[in-house]
Order: sequence, then structure tokens, then C-alpha cells
Amino acid sequence: MKRRLVVGFYGCALRILTNADRIGWCDLSKTNKKQLDKMLQQYQVNGGFDEMLDLESGVRSHYRKFQKLFEELNPEELEAKRQAVDMAFLRQGVTFNVYGDVQGAEKIFPFDLLPRIIPAREWEFLERGLAQRITALNLFLHDIYHEQKILKDGVVPEFYVLSARHFRREFVNFNVPKDIYIHICGTDLIRDGQGNYLVLEDNGRCPSGVSYVLENRRAMKRAFPSMFEGIGVHPVENYAQELLKSLKYIAPAGVADPIVVVLTPGAYNSAYFEHTYLARQMGIEIVEGRDLFVKDSRVFMRTTKGPQPVHVIYRRIDDDFIDPTVFRRDSMLGVPGLINAYRAGNVSLANSIGTGIADDKVMYYFVPRMIKYYLDQEPILPNVPTYLASEEQDMKYIMEHLPELVIKAANESGGYGMLMGPKASKEEIEKFRQLIIAEPRNYIAQPMINLSQHPTYCDGDFDGRHVDLRPFILSGARVSIIPGGLTRVALRKGSLVVNSSQGGGSKDTWVLYGDE
Amino acid sequence: MLSRVANSLYWMARYIERAENIARIVDVNLQLLLDIRNLDEQRLIAYWQPIVQAAGDEESFFKIHPHATGAAVTEFMVFEKTNPNSLVQSICSARENARMVRDQITLELWEELNRLYLFVRSPQAREVWKRGASEFFQEIKASSLHIIGIINATLIHNEGWWFIQAGQFLERADKTTRILDVRYQSLPERGVPERISSDETLEWSAVLRSCSAWDAYKSLYAADVHPRRVAEFLLLSYRFPRSVRFCVNELNRALRLISGVPEGRFTNDAEKLTGRFLAELQFSTVDEIFDVGLHSYLDEAQMKLNNIGAELFRAYIFQPFENPDEVHLVQQEEQQQQKQSLVSN
Repeated sequence: MKRRLVVGFYGCALRILTNADRIGWCDLSKTNKKQLDKMLQQYQVNGGFDEMLDLESGVRSHYRKFQKLFEELNPEELEAKRQAVDMAFLRQGVTFNVYGDVQGAEKIFPFDLLPRIIPAREWEFLERGLAQRITALNLFLHDIYHEQKILKDGVVPEFYVLSARHFRREFVNFNVPKDIYIHICGTDLIRDGQGNYLVLEDNGRCPSGVSYVLENRRAMKRAFPSMFEGIGVHPVENYAQELLKSLKYIAPAGVADPIVVVLTPGAYNSAYFEHTYLARQMGIEIVEGRDLFVKDSRVFMRTTKGPQPVHVIYRRIDDDFIDPTVFRRDSMLGVPGLINAYRAGNVSLANSIGTGIADDKVMYYFVPRMIKYYLDQEPILPNVPTYLASEEQDMKYIMEHLPELVIKAANESGGYGMLMGPKASKEEIEKFRQLIIAEPRNYIAQPMINLSQHPTYCDGDFDGRHVDLRPFILSGARVSIIPGGLTRVALRKGSLVVNSSQGGGSKDTWVLYGDE
Repeated sequence: MLSRVANSLYWMARYIERAENIARIVDVNLQLLLDIRNLDEQRLIAYWQPIVQAAGDEESFFKIHPHATGAAVTEFMVFEKTNPNSLVQSICSARENARMVRDQITLELWEELNRLYLFVRSPQAREVWKRGASEFFQEIKASSLHIIGIINATLIHNEGWWFIQAGQFLERADKTTRILDVRYQSLPERGVPERISSDETLEWSAVLRSCSAWDAYKSLYAADVHPRRVAEFLLLSYRFPRSVRFCVNELNRALRLISGVPEGRFTNDAEKLTGRFLAELQFSTVDEIFDVGLHSYLDEAQMKLNNIGAELFRAYIFQPFENPDEVHLVQQEEQQQQKQSLVSN
């Protein structure tokens, strides 16, 4: 077996082009596949972990069935399918809005036809790890808003919780329905160079992206109807039903047939498509702040037949904007008096108020400890090694190793407020050095993880692009996780940033019934 | 149904109908000019100015253009971004309203409306336009009719659908009165004109064509085109689906299905005014209308339709509920926080 080694890419990473890759992809005898064949031959495994290809054995076993069916397509068919899918997304308005863009402002979220495939045993492992994590997080939230045992026992330093931007003092000793704080969680997973899954962050406020999971699947079913049957892929369709079940579960006591609504900031929000999509799938009303009003601590919506009561609100508005009489006074999106009704127990909110603290990247550092503390278990899914700038030892390390580290602001998301040390200029690094020194509580550092890559169709070629995975976890009467989740892909070559606002796209994610 | 949703559906329908009618009116004028001989600039303006007047946008038009030339008027009516009633802007508004209620409409409706929107905003639309305006207008009209078909055939005929019907027929009634009013300057102020020139015959035929009424008219009155009959047909016909009477009848029906109030009664001013206007149309003759003067009659009809729209808004969309005062809520909240801090201390 001949191997060619090419030095380069990210510092120490090696780009390896092997014959093994070719064998896996291109064992084709049919002549009309020449072109596709050639495209696949040139595919390279770039040092890190590749989801589909293994340097030793070629195509990983759980991709083989797919590969076989995929090879039967000729390049023209593939191109036609790709265009049909893009057109369908644009025509259906499967779009996201880009803030600050004056030109109509809607973009389709680029979609890649090659699915990411997860074998059954791997998924079972992920499911267990995610369920463990959300259980611990909900116990943690309940604890810090009540007895604060974990603080008193010194497992999590009190300072970090009380200084967290999203800690809502006003809700200490407030009982949320069924003691569930995070009803819908999006936890971002990545894989390191060895293929180990790591948790990158938890999104316990208003995680978005699940509509793309559902729409991507619809698009794939239309493009490759025969594949699903042959390969055996878990369906994702019943997400909306599960979500509605979780929402009805927290309805105020004594309401037999609760009215559930989705509360959106409006059509100009970047995730508006998703809000309407979910409302439609659940068959419930989507409302804006101005559609609701509060009277005698009860919430009503304005309808053509006069006021109608509302019992559960799946809110896609952050705490800060949800009620101008309590949080930000300048919010035009919220409902005056809503929090008062919530306190009175006449309306339930999902997610609860004050869950943002679980998104705080400093809290993230402590999640493995929470798992041990509340569940007396070892964490199934490890964190990325993390350094806290406000710990003396860690701070020293961070200052000495800034050019190698990834720095993240504790309360930013969407790829903002971030420094990628190895890719940053000297000026950027120094700027962050000053930021960290000025406000250590607000920064963490992590080693640069070379995310796993996945073959992706780029400009008529197959090329490796980095991916992550965001599974969606629902907590109701039980924990339920949509099989797979959203696989985001960084479409720029070599980029490790997968956010849709920063040139990311997505793939359909297949969880197999079996391991092959 | 949420008031905001009803409002969006209603306006979506109005804007689609508006775009279609602009396409009709501009298209027919362009075609008419092909048949008229000895056109000089002055006469051309005499044909184009009434189009702007019919749309009721004279003021904003003359802010941008000094003269009502063909190029200026078509640009203003079709593409002008600053004219909220231009064809392209109407389609944008229709689509924007649909987007606000994306969850309430069917995929088929959204896809077609979105397709139309993407088309009129694409460079391709200009190309089609340059190749031949008729082809462009044909595309708009066909899409609008397609959308109306989708609305009827795929949406549940529930309250939201009745709001769509109300919007569609209110807008159509209004546009029919405006199209009919285009040639008012050739009419005497009161009474029926006695002699009609051959150019005028062509002009009144164009009015009929603007409303897709040519074939229907011919089957009733043969090819004898006279303003008295054209007006009678477009105002009082109870079977032709673009006549004012037909539209007001449909509007009346929609309002009654929304509220559930039977004929002969009313619970809000929208119902009252619509019922009254319908009765008037049912029990009028065209000669009475010409006695008042066609132009003033149409003017008044437009006022009536505007009032109905305003009352509909008041009855269903903007209902002033008794809202607790926000200052009071803030005080309540502050007390709550004080209590809270006592507990946590």
C-alpha cells in the first residue's frame, strides 16, 4: 500500500492521501461512472478524524450501504438532485435572516447532499450521555434557585453562580412547573482527532436549528427515496409531537385542555422560519408579544372573537426581552405583566426563566462535577479540556499559551466573541489578552480541537469539511432525543466555524437501526 | 383566530389582487395605443395620465416624473420602489404578509407566492419586460389567478379564508371602479353621451379588456360597445365576477360568515355599510347612475369601500381591550422584588 504524506494544513496536522481511500470509494467497474469516480479519487483525509473514511480500512462499515447506492448515480443525476433540493429550499422559504443585511435579508441555509451517518451503538452511547447531562443540568438549576447545596458544599464556587450574567436572583425560591427548567436543550458535540465525542457547549435558552433537521430529512427523502428503505434510518418526524407533549406536560394545574402557543420576536428574527415551522407542525398558534396581553395575572391572546386564554408559552424570546416591566424596559417584543402571570402560576414558560446560566461557558466547566454531585455517576460524555481565566493557575497557563488556545467569552454565542489563537494575528491576540485581564470572569480557554471532517460536495468536487453535531433534547415526563440532530458543516476549506451566520451549512444526519 | 393573522391574510389577498389589476390596466393601455393612429406626445399623455389618476397616486408620481409619458407611467406603476402601490411593491407586500402568517397558509400557496416574488425581483423580470410587456403582464396575471385557485382549492375554508375573500373582493371592487373611471374625461359630467367616436369605442373596449370582461360583455350585448352598457355591466351585473355588485355581494357574504350574523341584521359597522351598499347596487339602474354622473358616482363608491375597510379593521383587528397600565405593572413588580429580597436575605 503506497502512502503519500504531505506536511501542512494546521501546523502539526498531516495531510495524507492514501490508496486505501481510493479503494473504498472507487471500486467501480461501470464505465459511465468515470467522472464521479475521478471526483471521489481525489478526496483527501486531512490528518484529523474523517467520519466516512478510515485510513486503514477505507470506507467505515456504517457508510458502506450508502456508498454503494450513491455510486450508482452519475454526476449529472447528482447535480440535478442538488439543484432540485436548493430550489425547493428557496421556494419553500427554508431560510434564515442575516442581521445587518439590507438586501432582502433572507438566505437559504446551504445544504449538502452527503448525509452524516451514525451507527446504532454510537447513538445509544450518545443518548445515554446526553440524557445524563440534561438530568444533571436540571437538578443544578433547581438547586441554585432553591437550597444552593452545591454551592454550600463547595463543589461549584458560589462566586461563579452569583456573578453569572443570566442568574435571575428574582427567581430564587420560585417553583417552576414539574421542576423542569430546560425543556428544550441543544447540546453541541464535536469529535477530536481520535473520533471521541466531546461536549462543546450546552444551549439551554432558545436553541434553534431543529427545523432544518426536519426539512433536511424531507429534502433527502425527495431526492433519494429508495435509500432510506434499503439502509434503515431512524425517522425524525415525530419531533413536533414529542415537543407538544413536553409542553402540555407543564400546563398549570387544573387546566384540562391547555392552550399552547409559540411566542416569536417576529418575522425579522433570524430563526423566524423555525418558529412558524414548529407552530405549524404542532398545530398551535404562533404569537408575537403584541398578540398577547395580561389581565388579572392571566395571559390572553387578541383574536377576532375577542380575548382567548393562553396556558403554556413556548417562548423563543430571551429572558431580557420577555417582559418590559421586569427585565429590559425598552423591549418592544415582550408582554407587559407576563412574569407576574408566570409567578401566579397561571401560565407556564418553556424554557423557564433563568436557564441562561447553564449556557455560561464557566458553568460548562463544572458540568462533569454536577453529574458526579447529583447523580453519583461518571460523566459519559466528556467536556473539552477548559481553563478558567479567573483561576490563578489557569490564568497563568492561558497567558503563556494564548497563540495555541481558543478563547471564548462566557456569554456569547453564534461564533461571536471568540479568538482562534492559531489562526489569529498578533494584534488580535494582544487585544484578547487585555480583554481577559480586564474581565477574567468572562473568559475561558480551550485547546484547538481539530473537528472531525466529512466528505462534502464543493464546487463539483468532494472535499473534506469540518462538522459538528447538535442533538435536540426534550425534557418532559421523560427525556426524549430526536435521532441524530443537526450536523453543521463549515463550508470554507479548513474553517472550524460551523455557524450559519459565518458561512456554515448543514447535512442530514442519519441514525441507523443497525451498526452497518 | 389571532387578529394579527386575520389582518395579514386580508392584506395578502388585497395586495395580490392589486398587483393583478395593475397588470391588467397597464397592459390594456399599451395594447390600446397600438390601435390608435396619429398619436403625438400630447395625446399620449392624455392616455397615460388617467392611469396614474385611476391608481390614486398622482401626487407621488409627479414628485418623481414631470410628465406622464408612457415610459414614466409604466415604470412608476410596475417597478417603482418608492411607490408602495406599484406592481412589484404590491407583490412584495403580499409576500411579506404571507410570511407573517406562514404557518396559516398551505405550502402550495407559499411556494407560488414566493416564486412570483422571486421572479419580479430578479433581473430576469426586467429582461422579460424588455422583450415584451405583454408577456410580463401575462406572467403576473397567470400567477395571480393561479394563487387565487390555490387559495380556493387548498386552504381550509374557515375564518381565515373568509378574511382572504373579504380582502380580495374589497380590493377588486375598488379596482373595477377605478378602471371604469379611466375614461371619464370623455364623458359629459351628467347623463349618457349621445355619440361615440371610433377611438372612443376602442377605448371603452380597452376598459372591458382590463377587467377580462370582453367576452362576457359580447355574449350579453353583442359587439356594440357603448359606455352606458359598459358601466352597467361592470357596476351592476350580478353574475360577472369582477363587477362591483358581484364583489360587494361576495364581501357581504364573507363578513356574515366571519361573524355568523344572518342577512338583514348587523353587529358592526362593516356589516352595516356593506349591506347598505349592496342594497343600493341591487336596486339601482345605470341611467340613475349617469344622472348623478359616472365620475362622481365612482368617487363615492370608492369612499364607501374605504369606509368598509376601515370599519372592518376596527371590528376585528384593532379592538381596544382594557389593558392594565404599564406603570402600575412596574410598581407591582418592584414590590414583588422587595418581598423577594427580604426572603433571600
